[in-house]
Amino acid sequence: MIEGILIGLTTALTFQNIFMVMIGCFFGTIIGMLPGLGPMTAIALMIPITYGFDPATGLILMAGVYYGAVFGGSTSSILLNAPGVPGTVATSFDGYPMAQQGKAGKALAIAAWSSFAGGTLSAIYLLFMAPSLSKVSLSFRSPDYFALMILGLTAIAAFSSKGQFLKAMMMVVLGLMLASVGQDSLSDITRFTFDNMNLTDGISFVLVVMATFAMSEALTIILKRNDPTAAAKQVSLTELGSIKINKEERGKMYKTIPRSSVIGFLIGVLPGAGATIASFLAYGMERNLVKDEEKEKFGKGSVNGLSAPETANNAACSGSFVPMLTLGIPGSGTTAVMLGALLGFGIQPGPRLYMTNPEIFWAVIMSMYIGMVILLILNLPLIPYIARILAVPKNYLIPLILFFSITGIYVMSFNNFDIYLMIGIAVVATFLRLYDFPMPPLILAFVLGGLMEENLRRSLLLSNGSWEFLWNRTLTVCIFATTILIVLWHIYKTLTKNKS
Amino acid sequence: MNINTTKIISLLFFIFSAFYLYTAYQIQVFAFDENAPFNARTFPIYLGYTGLFFSGLKLILPDPDTIKVEHRNLEYKKTGILILIAIIYGATILKIGYFLTTSLFLFTSYYFLGERRLFLMFLLSFPFVAAFMYLLHGVLDIYLRDPFLKYIGVMG
Repeated sequence: MIEGILIGLTTALTFQNIFMVMIGCFFGTIIGMLPGLGPMTAIALMIPITYGFDPATGLILMAGVYYGAVFGGSTSSILLNAPGVPGTVATSFDGYPMAQQGKAGKALAIAAWSSFAGGTLSAIYLLFMAPSLSKVSLSFRSPDYFALMILGLTAIAAFSSKGQFLKAMMMVVLGLMLASVGQDSLSDITRFTFDNMNLTDGISFVLVVMATFAMSEALTIILKRNDPTAAAKQVSLTELGSIKINKEERGKMYKTIPRSSVIGFLIGVLPGAGATIASFLAYGMERNLVKDEEKEKFGKGSVNGLSAPETANNAACSGSFVPMLTLGIPGSGTTAVMLGALLGFGIQPGPRLYMTNPEIFWAVIMSMYIGMVILLILNLPLIPYIARILAVPKNYLIPLILFFSITGIYVMSFNNFDIYLMIGIAVVATFLRLYDFPMPPLILAFVLGGLMEENLRRSLLLSNGSWEFLWNRTLTVCIFATTILIVLWHIYKTLTKNKS
Repeated sequence: MNINTTKIISLLFFIFSAFYLYTAYQIQVFAFDENAPFNARTFPIYLGYTGLFFSGLKLILPDPDTIKVEHRNLEYKKTGILILIAIIYGATILKIGYFLTTSLFLFTSYYFLGERRLFLMFLLSFPFVAAFMYLLHGVLDIYLRDPFLKYIGVMG
């Protein structure tokens, strides 16, 4: 492991990679601040740029964007009560009241330090857990992988759909259907191309991500007459106050951070869960654990109430890398985008990644530490200025997002058809978004589609066409049992909600 | 059964799944693969049935969380214009080239979204695209096809 850490440090500490982390954190913070534009959009917009780099640098850049976007979301939660990303909703519960009391600077400092501590601690957990889990996952066979993918897709549908499980499952099926377009990987038979040569290689992953996130989010903002930058214009007038944290507040944070980082990391590891659930759970747990006197302050500007979700959401980001790096199965929409980008580089993440490409595996983990330090240095003194940059009117912001999306596709294929296809998918996605059809399950399904078919093919061929493989191995049965439990829990939740 | 837009979308998805399933059955496989446990049409067939299952359930089951969208409050005109500009951009980018079409796309988009400060619009279109092109083409070595710049001798 020491050797790996050294390889990772050597790769991550090159001038180019440190610069990339800085750019990623800065860009991510800006995009993450804008309500409606989350880390997935930020990463999707970065994909074309990463093609100019080697895979390690590309992934380091995307990881920096991810942390930056999560932290940027916290800033808008605290200053504007407008969470940039769902994972920072819980931050606004105590962050915004604190800002209203004239302690915005302090709230930002608490959030920055909590994010830093949460991210750093979870990177340490990842450091120890990922290689061990990689070794365990070497014993996984095709049926287990197939079961794991079903679990991942069901979990993301259950957790990301705000009670609309069936809608999310429809999006999963749509994602798998889009992934099935083009040549069959084994027989080279073309499917669903309707004799169109442009579809022979299938639909590009970048195209689907750009269409369903960047472009469709831009169109939704125009369609709904939202102005994500309007509230930011008031920030320059806001008195931020001191960013110093006193001894008593530090004492509270020392207790909150370790436990919230553990819960955040563990939730992040689970497929489909992620930063939103982690931050809410950490907030709830913290409220139950503090003294009654502190409990009263929750929702009115509590230090514990702000520190807990901030620690947990950053820890969950690192946790979500575990299934992607060790199993090759992303646990969230954001890591699905990164997985797709890695596949684009010709790298197959999975249990063997840390043996075949140690420089990528360890460099990403090491870049997390560096990213956290940079975020801290960047965010504390620069946040008021970054927030002012956000006052760029949407009249400029939207065309620029469209420009980055179309450029991303253009540099990939030099093909008009891909641009038309992207616009078509974006229009459909915008309409579906209006009726709360979630997009992350579609992306995860699109990324996993090929792998899922491959593992089902191997399982069925090995069992001579029999579906016995589903219950022949204890591990497969356990994974399927977890999937069934998630579905049953969701049905129970829906039924109780309907009754109430 | 209460008919709302979500149900109509589910119905459309049901029809789409049925079409997908029909097309899946039409996939030509090799003769020796016809009776294999798994061939090129197996996975799509399962997918088609899964699509029918979930959209069918959504159609049949009651929908307590009906989402109401106020269409009168939606900005269809500007969105439509923006999509149209993007289509024209897509249609001309290969023939005219990246620099000119992208700059014009940005300039017209700013205009149709209500911006009128011409200097700022110009600054954030032509020089901005030139700088971005330099980053992609000059620094990152990502090839950008541009017949217009080639014609006037700026690009090799």
